[in-house]
Amino acid sequence: MTSPLQQKIKITGPSVVTANRTWDGVVIYRTAAGGWSTDLSDAAIVRAADEARALLAESVADDVGAVGAYIAPVEIKDGGSIEPGNLREQIRRQGVTIDLPVPA
Amino acid sequence: MPLVKGGKIAADAFVHVADDADLPGDGALLVSAARFLEDPEALLGRAGKTGVIWPNNRDVDDLVPYLDRLAVVALVFPTFRDGRAYSQARLLRERHGFKGELRATGQVLRDQFVFMLRAGFDSFEVKKESDAEAFAATAKRYSVFYQPTGDGRITALHRRMQLRHSESAGP
Amino acid sequence: MYAYDEIDRTLINERVSEFRDQVKRRLSGELTEDEFKSLRLMNGVYLQLHAYMFRVAIPYGTLSSEQMRRFAHVARRYDRGYGHFTTRQNIQFNWIKLAELPDALADLAEVGIHAMQTSGNCTRNITADQWAGVAPGEIEDPRIWAELLRQYSTLHPEFSFLPRKFKFAITASEHDRAAIKVHDIGLRLHRNAAGETGFEVLVGGGLGRTPFIGKTIKSFVPGRDLLSYVEAILRVYNQYGRRDNIYKARIKILVHELGIEKFAKEVEDEWLAMRDSALTLDDSDVEDIRSRFTYPAYEKLPHMPEELKKAAHDPHFEAWRKNSTFAHKVPGYAIVTVSLKPIGGPPGDATAEQMDAIADLADKYSFGELRVGHEQNLALPHVARRDLPALWRALDKIGLATPNVNLVTDIIACPGLDYCALANARSIPIAQELTRRFANHDTANLIGRLHVNISGCINACGHHHVGHIGILGVEKNGEEFYQITIGGRADEHAVVGTLIGPAVPYGDVADVVEDLVEAYLALRARPDELFIDTVKRLGVEPFRERVYATR
Repeated sequence: MTSPLQQKIKITGPSVVTANRTWDGVVIYRTAAGGWSTDLSDAAIVRAADEARALLAESVADDVGAVGAYIAPVEIKDGGSIEPGNLREQIRRQGVTIDLPVPA
Repeated sequence: MPLVKGGKIAADAFVHVADDADLPGDGALLVSAARFLEDPEALLGRAGKTGVIWPNNRDVDDLVPYLDRLAVVALVFPTFRDGRAYSQARLLRERHGFKGELRATGQVLRDQFVFMLRAGFDSFEVKKESDAEAFAATAKRYSVFYQPTGDGRITALHRRMQLRHSESAGP
Repeated sequence: MYAYDEIDRTLINERVSEFRDQVKRRLSGELTEDEFKSLRLMNGVYLQLHAYMFRVAIPYGTLSSEQMRRFAHVARRYDRGYGHFTTRQNIQFNWIKLAELPDALADLAEVGIHAMQTSGNCTRNITADQWAGVAPGEIEDPRIWAELLRQYSTLHPEFSFLPRKFKFAITASEHDRAAIKVHDIGLRLHRNAAGETGFEVLVGGGLGRTPFIGKTIKSFVPGRDLLSYVEAILRVYNQYGRRDNIYKARIKILVHELGIEKFAKEVEDEWLAMRDSALTLDDSDVEDIRSRFTYPAYEKLPHMPEELKKAAHDPHFEAWRKNSTFAHKVPGYAIVTVSLKPIGGPPGDATAEQMDAIADLADKYSFGELRVGHEQNLALPHVARRDLPALWRALDKIGLATPNVNLVTDIIACPGLDYCALANARSIPIAQELTRRFANHDTANLIGRLHVNISGCINACGHHHVGHIGILGVEKNGEEFYQITIGGRADEHAVVGTLIGPAVPYGDVADVVEDLVEAYLALRARPDELFIDTVKRLGVEPFRERVYATR
């Protein structure tokens, strides 16, 4: 499997770097301050391939804290809020689209 | 990169010689398969010991005629996930009766030590110092082995049968 | 079922200690993710969309009530109160934390449960017919051989880093409930003309990107040579399987590229060099494992007890009895399939409460033993027919008596995009909608046996290729689309299904399935001609026409 750092990075719009937290697997987003947040609204936005590559490289370097970092599309709404850019990222943020067998 | 031999960190008696380098005298040398096969008799005829580094994508059959005169066969794990050298090791030990030093090289990590020992390796070019230091403790991680290899460890099945015989042989 | 002894338990505990150490070194940074990933996979730990997923082994689909209760405990203590039974007879927990995994494993180890090799490029759970040991007409219990193989393949030093995953399945009945023809090695236990027990060995079956039906490499391998022959196959694969491209790394590709004759010769040459080795199984070796399997002390019971006669007037009970209970090799007993496919629910899930309840029912009515089938239902293998009415009432109370086994709403589905990082599209909501469309049991019975399989991506964990109706999630311009196939089978007549036409959007899938069913009902030669047989008789064309006439 090619490392995310070697893959061709193509940005089609505003994007973020997302991963899973190593110790518990929770979804996290890379912040501009060089850390991680579980809140998408804290995520650093990148708009060009170079920016994205740099943000990804710094994220991947945090091998202890995060697993499986990659670049994900987002939508910026009129009010400035950041929303997931596809169904997969919606599901990652909100959880499964079905009722769990017991209340979560 | 520390060498582990006899279960602990040891000095490496062998020098890796690059393909284009001259042989540095009569000491113990490790050469590539390509160089070895160019003139095996010349290398084996030296006073010093000879070892060969055998690639993991090449049949060990080509090495068999020389096994009784080779001091070391070094096999390769290009990544720890590439398990071809385990088969090569077992064939060398169990089918071809290789008695010399069987060395693991490449990405040799702690969590594969037990597998490597069971496959017949007895020396290890270990990537991390901390792994080399933990070798002896790691080798003792398991006391139960389900399947037989050439390492002589009794399998679970046979241990059970032994226990049963000794029970029924009681007073 | 097999009783673990001190030796088996020691191995499981040693594995738990090792994994605890590996997790510690990962969390401290001593191990990188690149170094750790294979290690966690070899202990069943995946990364999914929201969390890690923990896949626990249920060897050949047999478990005890005590073990089921321990699953309930893990679900409650470490997860979100439920588990999912898979198409390889394992159980998955979807919300587990890596830091807590060693403790969960230790809790499971106390009752002889482990997660060894439920993922990774190694040999995986050896799956078997979920009716093993109780099916009428079975040659002998294949689980004895499955256990021999399980032990042989557990932490095998030579084969823990194969080119790719390696799956075995074994059957000992005419009708193959274990789908052996779509496994890397499929084993059909039978007797030769001389009355010896042995195996037809098939290799190179598999689904995914390039589906293949397994080919017979040897028609009879005597029992004593099973392990040495398997070792020969694995050694050839380990050395020659492709490692340059993960999509071409399974043994099915090697068999396809070499051709079965050349592959068989490679294996035979290897085997001849090592056949009389320590792997040859003596009668005493087999007996040792056989003796550790305990079987119930069945009573001599009537086929038509009073309790059953009385309950026959209850149409709900009768509907369930006719659908979910099956003939047992011992008179007076029945095999009961417990449907985990409630109408409107996600297929194959059970809550911790349901797990506890069904464990109690297993104690009461099935000698403490349960089974998991690859179709994601459970089974109680030793139920006295006189206990069926009481069992049914108890199952009904906990929502586990849906009389839809083998019917259109008995859907096999992978977790799909709701859970899985590999998925293109969701599968569970599709399954849920289908169960709602066909919720009427009279309708479902009118349709008869119909296997619907849904996979959220080409990895085919839902076995869509071999569904009577197969549904495959794909992505088109960021939207969920689904390709539909019909005519697949997973049994002894295994065949890959045929695409009926262009992919359809998420909202159309249930309508398409309804169209297919309507076409079948109109076209079938007789009420008892199954969907799969109508497709075989008429081909795909009449179905394609019906579905795409208005699309």
